[in-house]
Amino acid sequence: MTELSYLEHGHSLKSWLLTTDHKRIAILYFLSITFFFFVGGAAAALIRIDLLTPEPDLMSNEGYNRAFTLHGVIMVWFFLIPSIPNTFGNFLVPLMIGARDLAFPRLNLLSWYIYMLGGLFTLAVLVLGGVDTGWTFYTPLSSMFANGNVILAATAIFVVGFSSILTGLNFIVTVHRLRCPGMTWGRLPLFVWSIYATSLILVLATPVLSITLVLIAAERLFGVGVFNPALGGDPLLYQHLFWFYSHPAVYIMVLPALGVISELVSTAARKPVFGYRFVAGSSIAIAIIGFLVWGHHMFVAGQSMYASAVFSFLSLAVAVPSGIKVYNWTATLYKGHIALDPPFLFAMSFIGLFVVGGMTGLILAMLAVDVHVHDTYFVIAHFHYIMVGGTVSAYFGALHYWWPKMMGRWLPLVWGRLSAIFIFLGFNLTFFPQFILGYLGMPRRYHVYPAEFQTLHVLSSAGASVLGLAYLLPFTYLLYSLRHGEKAPPNPWGATGLEWTVPSPPPQHNFHELPTVDGPPYQYPVEPDTKREGAHG
Amino acid sequence: MKVVAPLIAVWAALLALLGMTVGASLVLTGTPSLVASLGIASAKAALIAWVYMQLRREGGLMRIMALGAAFWLLILLGYLALDYLTR
Repeated sequence: MTELSYLEHGHSLKSWLLTTDHKRIAILYFLSITFFFFVGGAAAALIRIDLLTPEPDLMSNEGYNRAFTLHGVIMVWFFLIPSIPNTFGNFLVPLMIGARDLAFPRLNLLSWYIYMLGGLFTLAVLVLGGVDTGWTFYTPLSSMFANGNVILAATAIFVVGFSSILTGLNFIVTVHRLRCPGMTWGRLPLFVWSIYATSLILVLATPVLSITLVLIAAERLFGVGVFNPALGGDPLLYQHLFWFYSHPAVYIMVLPALGVISELVSTAARKPVFGYRFVAGSSIAIAIIGFLVWGHHMFVAGQSMYASAVFSFLSLAVAVPSGIKVYNWTATLYKGHIALDPPFLFAMSFIGLFVVGGMTGLILAMLAVDVHVHDTYFVIAHFHYIMVGGTVSAYFGALHYWWPKMMGRWLPLVWGRLSAIFIFLGFNLTFFPQFILGYLGMPRRYHVYPAEFQTLHVLSSAGASVLGLAYLLPFTYLLYSLRHGEKAPPNPWGATGLEWTVPSPPPQHNFHELPTVDGPPYQYPVEPDTKREGAHG
Repeated sequence: MKVVAPLIAVWAALLALLGMTVGASLVLTGTPSLVASLGIASAKAALIAWVYMQLRREGGLMRIMALGAAFWLLILLGYLALDYLTR
């Protein structure tokens, strides 16, 4: 008798809300973060509509501040940070290492509930009128002067931080303790390496943010002088503490994406990843060096120039492991038998956009140039190239690649290719003009600007429309595929990795018998289980 | 009782150290106050790590991991000091 899949084990709401199955929890996360992705996207839409003209014709100054703050808070903490780790990490890590679940299944479910609690606080902030400090909550604005729901927003982030910590902890223990026989560290899929590196950051950095938010609350509610100079505090101390978390948080967002791309590239090229050990090691190197660069956010904030020089050097150094990955992916593709499937197009999109984002990061890491472009749209464009062009492209690449495994249904490849192309075009049209705007002097967080900037702003807003529609597109055909897509075989892409050895969708406990690994990873070529023509929809 | 006794003893020690923190803040000022506060806080953290977090029962790897966390704190404090001492 065929074993029931994880989707068929109980259809009641209760069976989902009380599940401890890592795959079901991944689906719960997927649904939740998709919701927040569109809430954050709606805030971005308001921003881009308001910026169509030089005058403030859609929102008041206060309303605009609240829109970009909400956009940042939701996208950072409720979409980007949990996006790949909590959905694909949850679903795939046990399958990839040959385990039946994460080390602490109930803790895993608890972390989803904590995430939802934080999400409810954030929605309460939205309903009660928002918060106007920017997602960075800089003091003394946030601790003394802002009149929005600062405490509620800080509480939301404080709460969701515990979800991050518990998830990171779960992944670390799982990778250490639950690898199947033969799955040595040198045989781990690169996605698992990247999730492991991400988890280290989640566990080590998030508590600092939590404490910092408590200090803001203490100053705002009780007048305890920590950051406000009038009370004997120091506002730069806040920036140090905030960026000690928030710069590594950039790597929380992008490291899992780097892991996804390693999987997509090797499958597309039908070749082992070039320089496996260096790609794996570079994930750990990025996690470690990423902790040493936070001061580059404070080059013009009054930080000591000696500290700035050190932070500048270290920020340039983080490009080395990032470069290793990009060069190794390129070498993997060299002479590969490349299939132009949607996941590969998303991967190529990622590599291009990540390189642009990374190279402009080097420009920002240089002390003198940073003075010119600091707090301008150049910075906005730079980090959106990394977080949206990079991470979101990888997220959609992962969604297309593992969708047949997760749902047991093929997706329409033609629509997948079109969506990858539209997202790439829409993204560049939105954010490339912002590099020029920033270089010309357009500051971030302003919605009134000189008339000569309007053409570039209109281009950017037009791109945002394309991007918005392109992001909606996959959700329509993926939903369609759930009912009408052909049934997917266990290994539709012809990929290596233990997740492709189990049926699609996987059974409740993943493996009937725990597998044994007896060789290195990425032993290509592997023949796919099905003719690809069957995939068109 | 053998399990509970050390926990209660550490709890009492933590309360005593808390009393010392309050006392030191009333008696001392300036650098001596800072040194005393940090010293007492370190003693509290060490007690919690050693007894409550059960590092005393763990092997070398776990202790190294705990030291790693302390090292991470040193990164934060070290670079903070780099900024504050060279402004």
